[in-house]
Amino acid sequence: MIRTISSEDIIKNIKEMCIEANHFLAEDMDKALKGAKETEKSELGKKILNQLQDNLTVAGEEMIPICQDTGMAVVFLEIGQDVHVEGIPVEDAVNEGVRQGYTEGYLRKSVVKDPILRENTKDNTPAIIHYAMVPGDKLKITVAPKGFGSENMSRIFMLKPADGLEGVKEAILTAVKDAGPNACPPMVVGVGIGGTFEKSAILAKQALTREVGSHSHLSYMKELEEEMLDKINKLGIGPGGLGGTTTALAVNINTYPTHIAGLPVAVNICCHVNRHAVREL
Amino acid sequence: MDKHINMPITKEVTEQLHAGDYVYLSGNIYVARDAAHKRMTEALDRGEELPINIKDATIYYMGPSPAREGRPIGSAGPTTASRMDKYAPRLMDLGQKAMIGKGKRTKEVIDAIVRNEGVYFAAIGGAGALLSKCIKKSTLISYEDLGAEALLEIEVENFPVIVVVDKHGNNLYETAIKAYQS
Repeated sequence: MIRTISSEDIIKNIKEMCIEANHFLAEDMDKALKGAKETEKSELGKKILNQLQDNLTVAGEEMIPICQDTGMAVVFLEIGQDVHVEGIPVEDAVNEGVRQGYTEGYLRKSVVKDPILRENTKDNTPAIIHYAMVPGDKLKITVAPKGFGSENMSRIFMLKPADGLEGVKEAILTAVKDAGPNACPPMVVGVGIGGTFEKSAILAKQALTREVGSHSHLSYMKELEEEMLDKINKLGIGPGGLGGTTTALAVNINTYPTHIAGLPVAVNICCHVNRHAVREL
Repeated sequence: MDKHINMPITKEVTEQLHAGDYVYLSGNIYVARDAAHKRMTEALDRGEELPINIKDATIYYMGPSPAREGRPIGSAGPTTASRMDKYAPRLMDLGQKAMIGKGKRTKEVIDAIVRNEGVYFAAIGGAGALLSKCIKKSTLISYEDLGAEALLEIEVENFPVIVVVDKHGNNLYETAIKAYQS
């Protein structure tokens, strides 16, 4: 049975999700920040973590975006193969939703039309859209506005197979150390291992949308996530990069098969404003 | 140590500031990021005057989200300062005293801070909603066409910042991290 979803419905939901994600963090992030306050050893670090909690309260109560960088809108669409979208093309619907969300929601327009000429598009479009065809008759939408303070500190390492697990660990630590205070720690570290050059980057981005506190279903990857979180928090970078024991709230690693000759590792860093809204139509 | 400072920040003020101090700023400061810095530099290249009074100026690296009706400004946290590294030493040499942003600076910028007895403050990145509550007024100064990147003057009250690089070149990003490495 083919199920019909109207493009109007997609527009409305994307619009609401852009506004929602920029004013309210998901519960897992709120919980992780609260937990960090208990364990942080630096007094200044504790003070900053308290301010981040206050910031979330003010944002939600007064409808002021959590961060002024309301991001470029990254949208993941998981389209059930029994879904028929009626109306305008899906891509146009997503962009119309972003346009309405960013203009009506008082969100910053941070997108330029051309990377060299740099003229602002004035409505934060286009979005970055990742499509996946999945079984079923539902449409799952994830809107993850991504700020560029942390995006700029993200890296891809094309390691050799011989570099192995140790090489992966070193790559992650290098990226986090280089990011330091620039990426607005405490950060969430999304890691993609395997695939091709671009696949590893998408895996890393998807890893950022995974719940903080969740773990890879692969036991050795779960161990790696825990080990890297511990190692990162021993770097001393701390909240705001001003010293402390809370540098990251989570390390989420996603993997994929890769080529016999390669070991791509992408590290996508997100600040403590790790935003995503998820809905299923 | 917590300190309260009224603008402008002069040499007499930076004399009292040390890396690690927690400071509350009150008074008028300018707001500019990449595009506005590029335009100011181009104006200087053409021999034109700057649209701001650079002497003892404090520039906050920030691009706010739009203000809702009845409010002076939207979310207003710091942006990454390293993107202004190319432009900052020239403005410091012309009289600018203080920069507010977040993240590491180049040696050239730190040298310019020492040379001009200036200061680099960090505001808390990603706390834009909270920081906006300390901004009482916002006025457009120039480059309106740049939208979120326009040059503004804002009036702040008890705006919280931390001294990262003081006039002696002490750098909190380097010293504080060492204290918590294990």
